[in-house]
Amino acid sequence: MDPWYITLIKAFLVSIALLGGFAYLTLIQRKLLGRMQHRYGPNRVGPFGLLQPIADAIKAIFKEDIVVTAADKFVYYLAPFLSISFALVAFGAIPAGPANSLFGFDPWVMDLDIGLLYVFAATSIGVYGIFLGGWASNNKYSLLGSLRSAAQMISYELGLGLSALTVILITGSLNFREIVDFNVWGMHPLLWIPLIIAFITYFISSTAEINNTPFDLPEAEQELVAGYLTEYSSIKWALYMMAEYVNLFTAAAVLSSLFLGGWRGPAFLDQVIPGISQWPLIWLLLKMAMIVFTFIWLQATLPRFRYDQVMRIGWIWLFEIALFAALLTAALIAFVV
Amino acid sequence: MSVLDIAKGMGVTLGHLFKKPVTVLYPEEKVDIKPRFRGRHHLLKHPDSDLEKCIGCSLCAAACPAYAIYVEAEENDPNDPTSAGERYAKIYEINMLRCIFCGLCEEACPTGAIVLGHEFELADFRYQDFIYGKDELMVGVKGSKWQRREAAKKNKEVNIGVKSVPRKELEGVNYD
Repeated sequence: MDPWYITLIKAFLVSIALLGGFAYLTLIQRKLLGRMQHRYGPNRVGPFGLLQPIADAIKAIFKEDIVVTAADKFVYYLAPFLSISFALVAFGAIPAGPANSLFGFDPWVMDLDIGLLYVFAATSIGVYGIFLGGWASNNKYSLLGSLRSAAQMISYELGLGLSALTVILITGSLNFREIVDFNVWGMHPLLWIPLIIAFITYFISSTAEINNTPFDLPEAEQELVAGYLTEYSSIKWALYMMAEYVNLFTAAAVLSSLFLGGWRGPAFLDQVIPGISQWPLIWLLLKMAMIVFTFIWLQATLPRFRYDQVMRIGWIWLFEIALFAALLTAALIAFVV
Repeated sequence: MSVLDIAKGMGVTLGHLFKKPVTVLYPEEKVDIKPRFRGRHHLLKHPDSDLEKCIGCSLCAAACPAYAIYVEAEENDPNDPTSAGERYAKIYEINMLRCIFCGLCEEACPTGAIVLGHEFELADFRYQDFIYGKDELMVGVKGSKWQRREAAKKNKEVNIGVKSVPRKELEGVNYD
């Protein structure tokens, strides 16, 4: 256990890293999407467009901050801060390496026994940011966007929770460290079946949860202007964008911690460089980068689902499949293993 | 939409990620313009005799739907002719702000003297700088007025953003 001030410093550093990561993820995303569409993407500001995020930030700060006259002012101001703070807070429970590995400190902010529940709780409160923002804007597009967003997030949390339940049943823990430490090669081989199903359902659910394409209904430009963001401008809009991208990082980190071995590297590399699989940060970041790339790749490929399709996929397919995987795991653990 | 279709689509986007972008980085890279592009006009000369093709007949001005062309003709000096015909254009002006680059002047010209080229960077600051006289339009003059002014200031050669090969009507014009 680290003293409280170290925890505070770590929390601060993680927040800074997430916000810096957000800034450069926007650049990487635009570049990748551009290249997939035979364009270059931003390359005017600085070498290879590397200063583009800074230019965007300056622009976002100095734009006129429009406040809607008919808005519910208090909630209108509160909502983006709610969104970004709970997005940042959710990341704290994720371990990035073994204990005492980061210059003698633990590479995580909080070591919670209910880590997974905590992440789910924090990301769920993030829905309030979107919903309250849409409601307080006093605009029908905002309201429709936020309603859709709330409905979508609540629907897909079922699939998310049930897929995670498979992992929880197998590892017997809600603590991310214990989940990562679980030895998959030692478990009964039949348990791979529900785990793979759960991985797929979890991936699709988290895609919907972070409003990534093909589930980007809350912001469907063509129908809803910009969804819940319609009446937001300047830094409040930037805060929403930050929340969205930080949620993307959190989803990637949780996905890699639950299913891809978290901070652990492949063990066979230990024969080349001893101890490389135990190095903190790099493996988690690498896995997160892979997942984030997949999210961007999806954005470049898939069109948006219709609202009824989103609901049908969530309630009829993902919910049932994830439930099946969880029940199968429970049955296997009860009767076979 | 089946899972297989999604996988196929993902494959397509991944494949395109590694292809070269079609974007031309314009101010740094030069543009390859298609032969029939209609940009700024050139007044041509007979390449062997160095006489102007324009005979000052004003048919271009008559054909011009935007009234952008003004021609004032004069008799050739028989001992030292300017053009190959009886008369030549003493004043030949095109107002580039009026011109709609339709190419009707080119079609109307009986001698093929006025031809629309590939130069398109005609931006400038003052209205009067958009009226191109004979000296600006004559073959051999490269670039817009602004480009030539800038080049003269910096003591450099005129650099136009075009790398295309002119079509054969543009006798004597080159964009290298």
